Amino acid sequence: MENLLEIKNLSIEYDTDERANKAVNNLNLKIREGETLGFVGETGAGKTTTALGIMRLVPDPPGKIVSGEIYFEGENLLQKSEKEMRTIRGNKISMIFQDPMTSLNPIMTVGEQIQEVIELHQNLAKDELRKKAEEMLETVGIRKERFDDYPHQFSGGMKQRVVIAMALACNPKLIIADEPTTALDVTIQAQVLELMKELKDKFNTSMLLITHDLGVVAETCDYVAIMYAGSSLEYGNVERLYNNPLHPYTVGLFNSIPSLDEDKEKLDVIPGTPPDPANLPTGCRFHPRCSRCMEICKKSIPKTIEVEKGHFVSCFLYDKEIKEGK
Amino acid sequence: MQEELIKNQETESYERKGSGLRKVKDVFHRMKKNKLAMFGLVIIILLVLTAIFADFIAPYDYSTNNLKDQFSGPSKEHLFGTDEFGRDIFSRIVYGSRISLQVGFISVGIALIAGVAIGAVAGFYGGKVDTILMRVIDIIQSLPDILLAIAIMAVLGPGLANLMIAVGIAAIPGYAKIVRSSVLSIKDSEYVEAAKANGSSDFRIIIKHIIPNCLAPIIVQATLGVAYAIINAAGLSFIGLGLEPPTPEWGAMLSGGRAYIRDFPHMTIFPGLAIVITIFALNVLGDGLRDALDPKLKQ
Repeated sequence: MENLLEIKNLSIEYDTDERANKAVNNLNLKIREGETLGFVGETGAGKTTTALGIMRLVPDPPGKIVSGEIYFEGENLLQKSEKEMRTIRGNKISMIFQDPMTSLNPIMTVGEQIQEVIELHQNLAKDELRKKAEEMLETVGIRKERFDDYPHQFSGGMKQRVVIAMALACNPKLIIADEPTTALDVTIQAQVLELMKELKDKFNTSMLLITHDLGVVAETCDYVAIMYAGSSLEYGNVERLYNNPLHPYTVGLFNSIPSLDEDKEKLDVIPGTPPDPANLPTGCRFHPRCSRCMEICKKSIPKTIEVEKGHFVSCFLYDKEIKEGK
Repeated sequence: MQEELIKNQETESYERKGSGLRKVKDVFHRMKKNKLAMFGLVIIILLVLTAIFADFIAPYDYSTNNLKDQFSGPSKEHLFGTDEFGRDIFSRIVYGSRISLQVGFISVGIALIAGVAIGAVAGFYGGKVDTILMRVIDIIQSLPDILLAIAIMAVLGPGLANLMIAVGIAAIPGYAKIVRSSVLSIKDSEYVEAAKANGSSDFRIIIKHIIPNCLAPIIVQATLGVAYAIINAAGLSFIGLGLEPPTPEWGAMLSGGRAYIRDFPHMTIFPGLAIVITIFALNVLGDGLRDALDPKLKQ
């Protein structure tokens, strides 16, 4: 399968007067056609910034894409003009935002909002536009009679369906879903995820799913990238990575999930807090919190190593040269 | 199966079709519940009709002097009495509604278009654009409205069109500031970001998402603004920079009657009442419109 999206050495900074917050550091990623990549990490790990970077919507100032390349369908998005980007946004790459309560315009009917996306990218007559928007509503499981209702007349889950309909309206190649279910309660979460999975298969869309929830990733994703302080520590096939987590951080994350079979007084935690993006530790970003930290981790940044096929990790523990050299 | 479930959950009784016209109807329907706003609307409609059909309503000509009938109080012949030249005050008020409404609405229109454009651009783009535009607005605002209008009138010379331009320009800062502050709070909302992510251009976002969302304070300001413009125009007429006599302008009539207020109060009471009622009607209409335009208040 071909790479639909490939991010190479992407770095994004937020510059304020006194400090430069390094939100994304030398990030490498790829998404193939029809595939879902889960993007997991703590708050402030640079997940949303990466998503905005792909859309070229990082607020500037203060945000700035410092270096790197983002290839989409073989073309570097960072070299596109604003006008070209506009024909890509919503058309080839679309985005689902976190909070459906606020991501719809309160004074436009939901139908109009779906219709607007189609109108922006396709040259259709007015009644056709409406028909297409109605079809989209039906696709996400909302009666088309509700075309003329306003967002506040819908429940949270229904609104997220509308947002999904908007994202899918132009049949995009890639959907970036930024924590699409965080604002919803658990039963609705399941419904919405199920719907997204279904539609993704139906339209053969790739998806970048940003989430905190490892369970959501297991359910919906093919690949997963573990983000920490702006770069990916471990990347791989969901099954392999879940069965065999390698990086101490990933191991720590899995250990902190309560298990159904064991009785535990306290959950295992990873000591410490994520580093300040303006003042990142030297060497491996994770070393101050790492239980298996070595001398070398404090000095240099580990390379990315392919441990097994399609399973990458950035950690000296798995670097044979270093181990043998010792 | 899941889809059916959702459909069943959301069975609601009303089914409506249509687009722009439906919205206007909706707004009107909601406003009907507000008695006071409807009262304001009726008054404004009556005023507009009066202005249009002034020729048929007014029993006398507005400029014909009748010195035999000076200062007569309200009677059957002269409903609101006559002024110092024996002109029928009722006829003058009827004709005056033309001037006042024109000045009010057109000058507010001028201020609205310029103010909304400046405020929206300043608020949306921020940074240097914002600083430059808002400092210019600050300079304009640092001069009292009426002084600024006087200066503009002194340059342009008297006349109805110039009066409207002068009053309009003086009112721009108010709109620009209100719009800017609403835009600042709206531009960071997620739906604006979503619109960007959909590939909308800046212009489209401003026109379709931002301005409609800050319409409520603009409407209130505009209805008040019409009233304020009428008063401002009257003030200019009073100092001889606005409309020249014998044009029947309510404010000018008011100041003309000022000299005789002790002996013949009807000369000031009736034009004053006309202004008060118009302004009151505009205010309650503005409040009602604001409530009706907010779909969140819809039941």
